[in-house]
Amino acid sequence: MTPQAWINLAYLAASTLFIVAFKMMSGPRTAVRGNYLGAAGMVIAVVAACFEHNVRDGIMRHGAWPLLLLGAATVVGGGIGATMALRYPMTGMPQMVALLNGFGGAASVFVAAGELWNMGARSAGTTDAGASAPLAPWTQFAIATALTGLIGAITFWGSLVAFAKLEELPRFKKAWTNPNRHAINLGLAITTVLVGWGFITHPDWDILYWLLVVLASVLGCTLTLPIGGADMPVVICLLNSYSGLAAAAAGFVIDNNVLVIAGSLVGASGLILTAIMCQAMNRSLVGVLFGGLGTTTTANADDVYAGKVKSASAEEIAMVLENADRVVIVPGYGLAVAQAQHAVRELANALEKRGITVEYAIHPVAGRMPGHMNVLLAEADIPYEKLREMDDINPTFPETDVAIVIGANDVVNPAARTDPTSPIAGMPILDVDKAKTVVVVKRSLSPGFAGIPNPLFAADNTLMYFADGKKAILDLTAALQQG
Amino acid sequence: MPFLAVILADTATVATEDPATRFIRLLTVFLLAMWVGFEVITKVPQRLHTPLTSGSNAISGITAVGAIAVAGALASSMGSIFGLVALALAMVNVVGGFVVTHRMLDMFNPKKK
Repeated sequence: MTPQAWINLAYLAASTLFIVAFKMMSGPRTAVRGNYLGAAGMVIAVVAACFEHNVRDGIMRHGAWPLLLLGAATVVGGGIGATMALRYPMTGMPQMVALLNGFGGAASVFVAAGELWNMGARSAGTTDAGASAPLAPWTQFAIATALTGLIGAITFWGSLVAFAKLEELPRFKKAWTNPNRHAINLGLAITTVLVGWGFITHPDWDILYWLLVVLASVLGCTLTLPIGGADMPVVICLLNSYSGLAAAAAGFVIDNNVLVIAGSLVGASGLILTAIMCQAMNRSLVGVLFGGLGTTTTANADDVYAGKVKSASAEEIAMVLENADRVVIVPGYGLAVAQAQHAVRELANALEKRGITVEYAIHPVAGRMPGHMNVLLAEADIPYEKLREMDDINPTFPETDVAIVIGANDVVNPAARTDPTSPIAGMPILDVDKAKTVVVVKRSLSPGFAGIPNPLFAADNTLMYFADGKKAILDLTAALQQG
Repeated sequence: MPFLAVILADTATVATEDPATRFIRLLTVFLLAMWVGFEVITKVPQRLHTPLTSGSNAISGITAVGAIAVAGALASSMGSIFGLVALALAMVNVVGGFVVTHRMLDMFNPKKK
């Protein structure tokens, strides 16, 4: 076997490990090993890459320099990555993932740029690489390079904006709602395509590549800035998918299978999660990316709520809870924002001490990234087995004595089931209204993200507890312990 | 070092493949891998979607392999600089991604601490 065959075999092993790693992500026990296997695959791929003919070529001509430089870059990057990952608090995971994702996108931009430069140097004869340099099939090379630069730059800047929004940096708190943004984006997109086409026909003008990258960078910002906080799970998934596709495109540039395989696996994963998130929010991807929900003038809030909303104190709710056998806690986006997961754990402890069964109903879009609520609750030492998915727990609500809804609104709105004219009609919801008593912890009757009133708040079996999420839980726990 | 000599001697043999064939080969790999990805990932439960996102995020740092191929030859100064920058960026993604995923998965395991 030639050395190249061995290298390709190593790439095959790495690709297989990646697939197995994804497969093992299906359970919490195997997922830890899956993550190790993914990392092992990455080590194999990177080591194999150091034996590629380009690198051997470099070693022949420059001695140990290529390896030293590659090692230095690896240590610097890896060190920064590890420090960031170890220091960031668990509650900040969505923005951490967004930031890391951005680095991957930027890396793809530079891979394509570097290869473009090498190609230019080779065809101009200014390199001493000699006969070993393969001549580029220009057009396909140029298309792949343009795509890599485009997707990579959009990923990088989009991820940075997503990071800033999730980190709640003051300047990014409000979504960008310039009425002309669609026209601006369209203009930018058309210009980008024209520049990209120009580059494909003249790949030796590398200024066009950089112009393309600059345009894609602006586009990455203007596409992400208008998207609101509640839609962030979708954006994170989509950017994740882009970073994979950028890597796959880079694989087309340098003709490398492992890049194409790993990139497309990530691309597929991001696309699936995007679809799941959109479905769970009952929104189309186009709707999330290009604008709000449209005008929603269905039920009037006053008609729904007038005189029917019952408010209760912590002591009254504690009395209801004391007589319960089974309590289901429904945490939502508001709980993630208030970071009340530890307070919820305290409440659950107090209930369980009284022999009450406590479970958690998790809606797919609860939190700020896919599955985020599970991580937040796991951090508060809530056992994985008690976190129940929507389809799993919905049939059990009729046997539930009390459902406590904290910081969730649209995902428990029964109008999705009962009112076919509602903007959220057909959206999968948690059927908390079927529980014997529903306690809703909420600051006011203000509508959720969909901007519609929630008949649940006016239902006969619902008690409203108006307070800030975290404080409400603490007061409730205190009342329960006194009672 | 005969091993090294054999490896270095191989540099001159670069496969020649016509561009369209090459493109179709890569496209085949791309589509099949996408298919496998869809099949495998639809089986991941919602509870583990956050670690899945960060784990796949780490794997997207595979661009590091591309960066090595670009920088390793030291063929042109700018090309090498871009390649090395790309490698460092990709490594932030790779190492950060795997560490973050491990931290998250650790919390799902009751026996910790």
